[in-house]
Amino acid sequence: MKAADIILEARNLTKVYHRGSETVTALDGISLKVKRGEFLAFIGPSGSGKTTLVNILGCLDNPTSGTLILCGRDIVRQGKGLTESRLTRIRREVFGYVFQKFYLIPTLTVAENIMLPFAFFRKAGGLCDPLEAARLLGLEKRLNHKPGELSGGEMQRVAIARAMVNNPEIILADEPTGNLDTARSREIGQTLSRLNREKGLTIILVTHNLELARSAQRVLELRDGRLVRRS
Amino acid sequence: MISIYQVAAKNLLRKRTRSLLTVVGIALSAWVLVSLLGFNRGYENALSKDIDNMGFQVLVAAKGCPYEAATLMLKGGTGLRYMNQSVTKAILSHPEVEQVTPMLMQAVFDPNKGEDGSLTAYLGVDPVTFPPMKAFLKFKQGGWFTGQDARQAVMGYEAAELEQREVGDSILIPEKNIELKVVGILARSGTQDDGTIFVPIKTLQGIFDKNDKLTGIGIKVNKKADIAALEQKLYDLPDVQVVSLAQVKQTIMSLVSTAKIMVLSIALIAILIAMVGVINTILMSVLERFREIGILKSMGAMPWDVFRMIWVETVILCLLGGGLGVGLGLVLSKVTDLLIRRLLPYAPTGSLILIDGGLALVTLAAVVGVGLISGLYPAWRAARVRPLESIRAEGD
Repeated sequence: MKAADIILEARNLTKVYHRGSETVTALDGISLKVKRGEFLAFIGPSGSGKTTLVNILGCLDNPTSGTLILCGRDIVRQGKGLTESRLTRIRREVFGYVFQKFYLIPTLTVAENIMLPFAFFRKAGGLCDPLEAARLLGLEKRLNHKPGELSGGEMQRVAIARAMVNNPEIILADEPTGNLDTARSREIGQTLSRLNREKGLTIILVTHNLELARSAQRVLELRDGRLVRRS
Repeated sequence: MISIYQVAAKNLLRKRTRSLLTVVGIALSAWVLVSLLGFNRGYENALSKDIDNMGFQVLVAAKGCPYEAATLMLKGGTGLRYMNQSVTKAILSHPEVEQVTPMLMQAVFDPNKGEDGSLTAYLGVDPVTFPPMKAFLKFKQGGWFTGQDARQAVMGYEAAELEQREVGDSILIPEKNIELKVVGILARSGTQDDGTIFVPIKTLQGIFDKNDKLTGIGIKVNKKADIAALEQKLYDLPDVQVVSLAQVKQTIMSLVSTAKIMVLSIALIAILIAMVGVINTILMSVLERFREIGILKSMGAMPWDVFRMIWVETVILCLLGGGLGVGLGLVLSKVTDLLIRRLLPYAPTGSLILIDGGLALVTLAAVVGVGLISGLYPAWRAARVRPLESIRAEGD
């Protein structure tokens, strides 16, 4: 694998929490590489460290030790991370986030919710027209609706469109189907696969849902803060 | 395309009732503030105008309380002190004096006036010297008295309206059971004279058994004369006190200034109440949106962006409330004027509430300024939210 193909690399990441007198090791020496344009899924039981790992990979948190290299740049070296405001600058340039809850603003229309990131930051190459993102997600007829008028699956697709408008390098989806039924979960899995295939987006997915994980090209399983299985 | 300002404005629509109640709270405070500031201004102006329109520059009264003398100059008081009419000649002997006019103020309780009865003031004036000194007084009907001791009365515009009298009618002096014929009704002058009933001084002295007694002597000073020097000379007269127009103005304005401080304190309390309301509303809104704010930061919002968004929400609430309150103040100034007149035992003539564009803008700026200060803490709290905290909270 060429170095230029690697968008994200973690070397020996650990994360330790202190809860009173108790020390919890959430991540224990995780090393992995993510290729540009790859669709990667993390699975594992609750408390296995999936969300902690994705938070660190997504620059939402700093590890206790280890190194993180993003787009060839050292973000964290030997556990020494960046300030919150520098992390924000990296996040808005590189990542688009999709969470279990959609967090759409109820008083804004679908079109306004999709364009919301532009209120704070507009990356060169970002989408100019909300219709473009909406079309990709099959929401073109819903642009003037309010979130309250949408189904759960539609709301999550709006959240995905919102994550895409600034043309991110990586989409980070943490339990995106946690609030959806089986049919809607399948629909979201297909949407993520299509975006990966057609737009070449790198997608990192965290899920309990094995069927959804099968949409990914590579699945990694975490248990007790360690990578235990790769497929 | 959507801006932070649009997002902030639409955020306020989420909890419409809460936003509306906050706007109403701010509007009420702004209304109180603009009305009080307008009152401060209007009251001072009206008082000043009343004093300036008195027609004489110096008043000599029997020795006593200077505040009573000041009140006497504006409207009659009770428990008056008297001086002898001979003082008039002594005053006229001074070369600085151009004209003097003797006056006798008498107040009688009239049980038939208003709901619970009230005082009616009669001002005895000299038919020869008083009219030229009050040359600005115009008649709506009739004219001045026909004789020095005629049982006649000239009524101020409001006094005539209140008693519903016209020229040719009679008015009865309560307690004395004496009728006076109304020979003139003054046009509205915008001064205290509007509420006064004028009677020839000799007639009034006879009715109240105060022959050769006066309560005041108005002095018109020569244009080039030194008023201060004249005052010094008048102090040499026995048992009189000299009240100059400047003194009256100063005395009353110093009393008004004390009231002004109290009024401004009330305005300050109104502002503080509004401020607490705004902080409460915005802080509640921030705490409710804690997770959402974290998500906005994960989307790329910098702390300053979030700070600005919350601050803009506060400013919008304050602009709406301030605008509404100032508008209410302007529209209802006449009603407020009437209410204050009912509450104040003595109110000067003219508009008591004076709100102009400048004052409206100052009030609006003050309310928005208060909003900016009130929004600081909630905006700072929101700016400090870390995305990770909100995501962890999501998993709770």
